[in-house]
Amino acid sequence: MPSPRYTREIPNRYRLEAARCKGCDKLVFPARRVCPGCRGTEFETTELSRSGKVVTSTVIHVPPTDFLREAPYAMAIVETPEGARLMAQVVDCDPSSVLPGMEVALEFRLLRREGLSGILCYGHKGVPVT
Amino acid sequence: MREVAIVGAGMTRFGELWDSSLRDLFVEAASAALQSAGADHLDSIYVGNMAGGQFVGQEHIGPLCADHFGMAGVAATRVESACASGGAALRAAYLEVASGASDLVLAAGIEKMNDGADVTEVLATASDQETEVYHGITFPGLYAMIARAHMTAFGTTEEDMSWVSVKNHRHGAMNPNAQFRREVTVDEVMASSIVAEPLRLLHCSPVTDGGAAVLLCPLSEAKKYTDRPVKILGSGMATGTLALADRANPAVLDSVQLAAERACKEAGVGPGDIDVAEVHDCFSIAEICCIEAIGLVDRGQGGSAARSGMTALGGKVPINTSGGLKSKGHPVGTTGVAQAIEIFEQLRGDAGDRQVRDARTGLTQNMGGSGASSVVHIFERGF
Repeated sequence: MPSPRYTREIPNRYRLEAARCKGCDKLVFPARRVCPGCRGTEFETTELSRSGKVVTSTVIHVPPTDFLREAPYAMAIVETPEGARLMAQVVDCDPSSVLPGMEVALEFRLLRREGLSGILCYGHKGVPVT
Repeated sequence: MREVAIVGAGMTRFGELWDSSLRDLFVEAASAALQSAGADHLDSIYVGNMAGGQFVGQEHIGPLCADHFGMAGVAATRVESACASGGAALRAAYLEVASGASDLVLAAGIEKMNDGADVTEVLATASDQETEVYHGITFPGLYAMIARAHMTAFGTTEEDMSWVSVKNHRHGAMNPNAQFRREVTVDEVMASSIVAEPLRLLHCSPVTDGGAAVLLCPLSEAKKYTDRPVKILGSGMATGTLALADRANPAVLDSVQLAAERACKEAGVGPGDIDVAEVHDCFSIAEICCIEAIGLVDRGQGGSAARSGMTALGGKVPINTSGGLKSKGHPVGTTGVAQAIEIFEQLRGDAGDRQVRDARTGLTQNMGGSGASSVVHIFERGF
């Protein structure tokens, strides 16, 4: 996989940058060129909070090859206080304890090493707030 | 728009077909479809196929099929909408005949999943690569999230989902083309290995090779090919957000509802008029969500439908009499066409032990990804 694909994604993966539509105030994450709410094209950049609440979740027991060593692991759709929703692993806990309503902090972590060249894939993972 | 009928159908057995290549699956299904109608030519071919390029390294599937069927020269196009590719191919064929552009069109679906590709990774490409797959989600994982959202919102249970599998295996045991022609018990489903909590292996459709094809012509010419045509009353397609995280309610499949509304509007029927339906049970929770979205049950009431017998053969609206994706098998790009074949047989009275008595109106619902695309067709006995 060519590395430009990863540099393009740095704003949303590393910095959790979202876009707020100037037309309808909808928060879009990751940023898009057209607002899914009003089809507007003017946005301002905003960063998401590093926290959120689990909307729904699962525990992956049969993983993709790149995540073989991590299974079983919890994954969740997390909603931030701004209303953005993102897919993330939830770690540092019993995976089966990750259920809707759980509060998590979003921490910057290594997700995996991809392919033969071993590209390091970073992003955010959820960690339960105790 | 002209009225359109299905006048012939053919399919391969579903399963691990080690002796058949992708092209063989097309030729076998297409030959059977033309033979059943006594047809010897085609104006045009649409082939539903999700991932030939990834499963067997083959793109450019339209000409591959026409060529190997001895029909090089005929217009042929591959249609892709993930697991709804077959339904989308049927819709393209329907529109081509309805428009008057062609008089005899084949809608086929083919998928060869058992030739060594990493199926989990190929299927995951139907979800959002950048925001979902990157983080380690799988397809069963996405439907597991839908299941947990449905359980949280409506109190649906793991046992409710298990009854969907039990029902569909009971139906599939009577289907000679099904991959798994055997019944399973609720206890077996609940004891099967966990794939993605709360989904177990027997809540998931299998990996399947298979081909299916139906032959379409104007209703006014149908008698040339059969004395028992099945009319296509309506066709609806809709899309939803590609990523599950972008849905207001992950337990609700908006694209299915929209597609069903569009098909019903064109057909001039409502969900209450449907005698038999094939819906997209790639996972048992999907059948529950889909029958709610189509309007066959109220929202939140899908969980009890299989357990109560409402959606079983002999019930109020038998769902997935073929065995569904769960028991019949799910060659992803083929499924939408195979669903139409089950309804074709039901409305002609050819479904044998699976026959729904006096079935006049049927529905198929085919879905791509975690519900990002959906195609619904409504059929009526045309004789």
